[in-house]
Amino acid sequence: MSGLELLVVSGIKVVVAFAFLVLTVLVLVWVERRVVAFMQNRYGPNRAGPGGILQTLADGLKLFFKESMTPRKAQFLLYIAAPVLAVVTALLVFVVIPIGAPVTIGDTTYTLQVTDLDVGVLYILAISSLGVYAVALAGWSSGSKYPLLGSVRSAAQMISYEAALGLALVPVIMFSRTTSLAGIVEAQSGTFGGLLPAWNIVLLPSFVIFLIAGFAETNRAPFDLVEAEQEIVGGYHTEYSGMRFAFFFLAEYINMFNMAALTATFFLGGWNGPLFGPTWLRYVLPVIWFLIKSWVVVFLFIWARGTLPRIRYDQLMAFGWKRLIPVSLVWIMLAMVAIGVRRFGLPWA
Amino acid sequence: MSDTPHYPGGDRFAPTVEPPEEAVEVPTGADEFRRVHDMWVAGTEEPPWLAAATDEGAQELLPADVDPRVDTEEGSAVVDDYLERPDVPADELQIINMGPQHPSTHGVLRLHLELEGETIRRAKPIIGYLHTGMEKTAETLTYVQGATNVTRMDYLSPFHNELAFALVVEQLLGIEIPERAQAIRILMTELNRVASHLIWVATQGMDVGALSMMLYGWRERERILAFFEKVTGLRMNHNYIRVGGVAADLPDGWEDDVEDILEQVPKGIAEYEELLNENPIFLDRTVGVGVITPAECHAYGVTGPIARASGIEWDLRKAFPYSGIERYEFDVPTGQHGDVYDRYLVRMDEMKQSFRIVRQILDTIPPGDYRSDDRKVTPPPRLRIDQSMEALIHHFKLFTEGFKVPAGEAYQAVESPRGELGMYLVSNGGPKPWRLHVRTPSFAAVQALPAMLADSLIADVVATLASTDPVLGDVDR
Repeated sequence: MSGLELLVVSGIKVVVAFAFLVLTVLVLVWVERRVVAFMQNRYGPNRAGPGGILQTLADGLKLFFKESMTPRKAQFLLYIAAPVLAVVTALLVFVVIPIGAPVTIGDTTYTLQVTDLDVGVLYILAISSLGVYAVALAGWSSGSKYPLLGSVRSAAQMISYEAALGLALVPVIMFSRTTSLAGIVEAQSGTFGGLLPAWNIVLLPSFVIFLIAGFAETNRAPFDLVEAEQEIVGGYHTEYSGMRFAFFFLAEYINMFNMAALTATFFLGGWNGPLFGPTWLRYVLPVIWFLIKSWVVVFLFIWARGTLPRIRYDQLMAFGWKRLIPVSLVWIMLAMVAIGVRRFGLPWA
Repeated sequence: MSDTPHYPGGDRFAPTVEPPEEAVEVPTGADEFRRVHDMWVAGTEEPPWLAAATDEGAQELLPADVDPRVDTEEGSAVVDDYLERPDVPADELQIINMGPQHPSTHGVLRLHLELEGETIRRAKPIIGYLHTGMEKTAETLTYVQGATNVTRMDYLSPFHNELAFALVVEQLLGIEIPERAQAIRILMTELNRVASHLIWVATQGMDVGALSMMLYGWRERERILAFFEKVTGLRMNHNYIRVGGVAADLPDGWEDDVEDILEQVPKGIAEYEELLNENPIFLDRTVGVGVITPAECHAYGVTGPIARASGIEWDLRKAFPYSGIERYEFDVPTGQHGDVYDRYLVRMDEMKQSFRIVRQILDTIPPGDYRSDDRKVTPPPRLRIDQSMEALIHHFKLFTEGFKVPAGEAYQAVESPRGELGMYLVSNGGPKPWRLHVRTPSFAAVQALPAMLADSLIADVVATLASTDPVLGDVDR
């Protein structure tokens, strides 16, 4: 691939990925509202477009035309930088997620991800940590008390859950022997005894910890205490309006889909799945498998929101430090032993 | 219930301590009520304490040599939360106003919170944002119109307001109410208790973050409100229980509707219990949160489910039965710990007990008249107006001038879903109350908030506030 070709292909990938994410958010918001409404004996949005699917677009338009107010005491630069930071970090995470099998056209193979970093896992952890800055800065720079409480909460939450999130991925990396996301998906392509797919979900404790930490990382119920509207009104985005608020909204839903896609990639075999039919179908099917898996996890997110009460701030931290992290550490030990036994046999054998 | 959960307020909470005997006394009549509530009615003899209270320098109502943080009486645990706490430096505190415009202050309650981080060091409820002057308005309305006024105070249990008003007026009038009317009154108030508790469980769920509970509670309540609408024509503010009986007899087929409620609503309640009772997050959020001790309940005048949840077995339906409720069998559920979770359990049980009462009424309701036949109080039947001049005159007089109530004062309390709802009425013999004071349970619950909230977190504030189930229309009147 020549330099120019690489540039063009990457450019196309970036545009497609961006469009895909924005479109996903449009659908995701509608799906969430409809599903939660269904769980709560309501209809949910059903007026704009068929089944109300254009509701998000209408809401977005409304926000676009609304005045963006700035509190007098706000730190203006940080105040407007925070929503941008939120969206940018949310978009950047998606860059390394493979959404389908590599496609070969002519004699060139194109990967269905914007870029395959060798340190993909570390990159994701780094970028998602940066995302917390957006929340913390937004709360602090608003010059208001409820947002400040929200940002303090987000900082505490980040410290408590980032560690668990990273530790949950260690066994995955050990089993896949790579930190590249494409590599991790590749490592899950086989089967156990020709029957069960060799997905990392067999690392069940890791999966559960990752999912819980993911809920906390994306500020979703039952860990949505950064924006708990019953307690601190709107949390960090209380003072935001118009498009600046829309940016936070967009970022939250992109993050939610990212987390679902990452769960699918790390634990549910990514785009792996049964392949059949002509060549074009063999390229399309992986994308469909990937989407199905991601949306199943997305449904988990929505389901939790419809069911669970919100956990308290101190309980959240205690849960992170006293439960999740010790369990992850023990589980890493066990995984190490398992790998050792698999390679060298039992020590007494 | 096991004793395993850790109780942060445990040192304050000593279930073994018996509350002081004299504090249990409740007013049985107007004189007692005045004594207990330190109330003075203009025009009567001025009590001695009033002069002392208005003297110069006595505005704080507290002698200078008394430290209010120290318990002066055994069993009294009230700390004056308005005073500074010496253990927290002032520059560590941040003041935050929760309300009056806040998503979870149940209307327009304003809480002045002093935070150290997220921990509440002092809480101060500020009321008055929904003050409508209803007590004063009552002085300009006749006794016939009065029910329309009082029914708007506690808008979640309007029947209890109407009942208290009707009972206190009837006490002064000295009239007997037919048994059927009494049974209808109990039927409506007990169903109203369930409806009110359903709203409470809905908002309690929502305030700890279980959003779906909000809609579930509403769903079941809707059945009861539909029945109310069928009976009274309105979903709230019914003006149905009136002096002398009720406004109209139950409509045809009401038995089927009540049967339907008795079948469907307990199903919904069972669903909530499945969803919440053992939910670990719900337990984390409610067990040991917002604790109030029996002694504090007595000191602050807290009654109803909150007092029962802390172990005080006190229910006016048992202690001072009204409207023939002693004819029905029911239990008074109590808790042990006085926390949010026990209040939840008590209210859930109370709904079931109310269903027991409703079931018994359904089986035993006597035939008869739905209102008193005292022609000075009850308007004549419509047909009689066309036939009899006397009836027409009575009708006209009743709805223009109203009926006259003998001079005197009376106090009557009913057990509303929130606690003791009392009405204190002074009549000078005219057709309008000379003074009507309402002793509302929400008011007492809100004034006890500082005790419940001390040293808890912001998230606990919402949970505790929801568990006291205040209705701001009831607080401010």
